[in-house]
Amino acid sequence: MSQSFTPIGQEMPGLDQWDVRHMSQSFTLDGAEVPFTPGQSILEAARNAGIYIPHLCWHPDFPAHGSCKLCVVKVNGRHVSSCATPAAAGIEVKSNSPEIREERKVLLQMLFVEGNHFCPSCEKSGGCELQAQAYDHEIMTPHYTLFYPDRPVDASHPDLLLDFNRCIFCELCVRASRDVDGKSVFALSERGIHKHLVVSSESGRLADTDIDPSDKAANICPVGVILHKRQGFTVPYGQRAYDETPISEQGLPNKETV
Amino acid sequence: MTFQLETASNPKGLRRIAIEPVSRVEGHGKVTLLLDDAGDVQQVRLHIVEFRGFEKFIQGRPYWEVPVMVQRLCGICPVSHHLAASKAMDRIVGALPLSRSAEKLRRLMHYGQMLQSHALHFFHLSSPDLLFGFGSDVAKRNIVGVAQAYPEIAVQGVKLRKFGQEAIRVTSGKRVHGTGSIPGGINKHLTVDERDTLKKDADQMVTWSQGAVDLIHKLALDGGEEFREFGHFESKMMSLVRPEDGALDFYGGVLRGRNADGSILFDGVSDQKYHDLIREEVKSWSYMKFPYLISEGKEDGWYKVGPLARVQNCDFIPSPLAEAERKTFIAARGGGVWHSPLAYHWARMIEMLHSAEVIRDLLDDPDLMEGELTRHGVRASEGVGIIEAPRGTLIHHYQVGHDDLVTMCNLIVSTTHNNQPMNEAVRRVARRYLNGRTITEGLLNHIEVAIRCFDPCLSCATHALGKMPLIVELIDADGTLVDKMVKND
Ligand code: SF4
Ligand code: FES
Repeated sequence: MSQSFTPIGQEMPGLDQWDVRHMSQSFTLDGAEVPFTPGQSILEAARNAGIYIPHLCWHPDFPAHGSCKLCVVKVNGRHVSSCATPAAAGIEVKSNSPEIREERKVLLQMLFVEGNHFCPSCEKSGGCELQAQAYDHEIMTPHYTLFYPDRPVDASHPDLLLDFNRCIFCELCVRASRDVDGKSVFALSERGIHKHLVVSSESGRLADTDIDPSDKAANICPVGVILHKRQGFTVPYGQRAYDETPISEQGLPNKETV
Repeated sequence: MTFQLETASNPKGLRRIAIEPVSRVEGHGKVTLLLDDAGDVQQVRLHIVEFRGFEKFIQGRPYWEVPVMVQRLCGICPVSHHLAASKAMDRIVGALPLSRSAEKLRRLMHYGQMLQSHALHFFHLSSPDLLFGFGSDVAKRNIVGVAQAYPEIAVQGVKLRKFGQEAIRVTSGKRVHGTGSIPGGINKHLTVDERDTLKKDADQMVTWSQGAVDLIHKLALDGGEEFREFGHFESKMMSLVRPEDGALDFYGGVLRGRNADGSILFDGVSDQKYHDLIREEVKSWSYMKFPYLISEGKEDGWYKVGPLARVQNCDFIPSPLAEAERKTFIAARGGGVWHSPLAYHWARMIEMLHSAEVIRDLLDDPDLMEGELTRHGVRASEGVGIIEAPRGTLIHHYQVGHDDLVTMCNLIVSTTHNNQPMNEAVRRVARRYLNGRTITEGLLNHIEVAIRCFDPCLSCATHALGKMPLIVELIDADGTLVDKMVKND
């Protein structure tokens, strides 16, 4: 099992006022000065400075993946993924501009139409990162034509349900299973609009893998694909993850350190 | 089975009048009238487009998702579906009996739903006809007209409805399409604040509901013979009653049926055994099925459900004001049985009063704010949940596989039970008011009034309250459009 990567986002656990003042390198993000240490991504540095850049496939416990593109920012006129672009001294980064926000909105709308996201009866509703991003970006309609892909559920496992309808291919489960659980239960197959998540067992069924409900992979899906059975809707309105506080205010490290 | 006027003996050469859609009814409906050359009604059919796709859609979904998903069946009484499905799933997870808190919180949600639905129907949809007359000026015959002529009644209607919605909101999390009820119980208590907000207005709601009963009582007396005879037909009736004592109970109980003369036809039938009692017939001309009692056969086995059935089917109403009104109601029929469609309105308001009383009393119960919320026991593979929804008996039936996915779903919604009764009422009215007369909007409205008595919910999310255009088409026997009239309500 690989422990070789540095978990980005945790490499500066002791960051405090003194450190901030003594960081010599910085860039500007929407006009604000953001300090960074060499090797940090733009998204990382912004986060540590208390500025949220929307993201879906990025996770503090894993290396940048760069697949969802939601973290797009404009650096000196070029559009780049901030989770995968190293911070550099003096660059000018635009994140919360109308242009970038619109680009993110389109990306989110495309994610909605590529899968079957029926929020009203989805048990992940209120705790779903895709839905929370959609709220933050004021998305009211899918806008594009829905694909309605045919993705049957896998309910073979006694305690876990896979509802592939909602997969956004962030590969967090793939990475968690491989790099943390050491099991490689999940993989992505094919490309483009045929891309789909598969279970790595001979039968292709989750019941025939050695996944355990306590595995990292069973608890990392940002949307409602990998679910613990018989738990749906037990959390009432008002107490779900994003009911009270938007994702943009929750997706930051401990603010006192900033 | 065929009924008089269901099929004309010789449809050739008949003029066709279509009223489409029926306004101020939830969803879409269409009435077709075939007239002969003399303008006499030869054939009357009420067509309702029912959305049955849901049963297929639910197959293959995890069972805990169903109580939330089925709410999409209806924009007006989603709580009824939410609770009927939850009750079925309680059996799947082996949760019976539910904890005291869970049952009382669900009851509060359901009686809130009754109150808001009955208030909406009476004040918004029916009071214009009842207060101004069925054939009155169409420009005034709507809720705006009521608000101008009887402002306090319109305001009470709005506030009663709001109160009911608030009871739903605090128990389910949202005014419409909440998630409160889950297999095995409910997901939240009431906070003291939520309880107090409701409690503050609870007495006022009882008073206003009493006022609504008094109003319909007076209108019934004023209406005299027309009230009693309008669309009158006799039928059997069915509803749930409380198992121990035959009391009126909207949340659950055993099935009881009565003959048209009021004698008991069956009683004490477990909700789990509904399929031994009822079968559904498909007719080529209607999307909606026609349920009938197996023992009575297709011809005679139809029955009505909803307020008029419930208030007469029970032995008593377990709250004092509503019980007194039930006695007055029964006495007004001189010992006989009410079958008049318009009497639905009266029974409905007695039920609204009962709901207001139940809510008021429930709010004093500490179990709403603390205690066990969910239970689980021995898993079952099949469950039926039946509830008395605002419009009548609502049946949800599921089978669930070992993998937790639904394998079978059967729903019989309230309006489906009333399919044949509504057709009957329309036929009577058509024959009485339309024969040999010029077709006017006022006359056509008589047909709508008859349908509206049953408060049909046509399972459609696209309804726009009171805003549905009425399209009247005259089509001759060859199918050519002779005339067309469009009315925007
Ligand atoms: S199942 Fe969830 S975690 Fe895995 S790729 Fe799909 S969305 Fe990402
Ligand atoms: S968060 Fe950067 S590409 Fe997904």
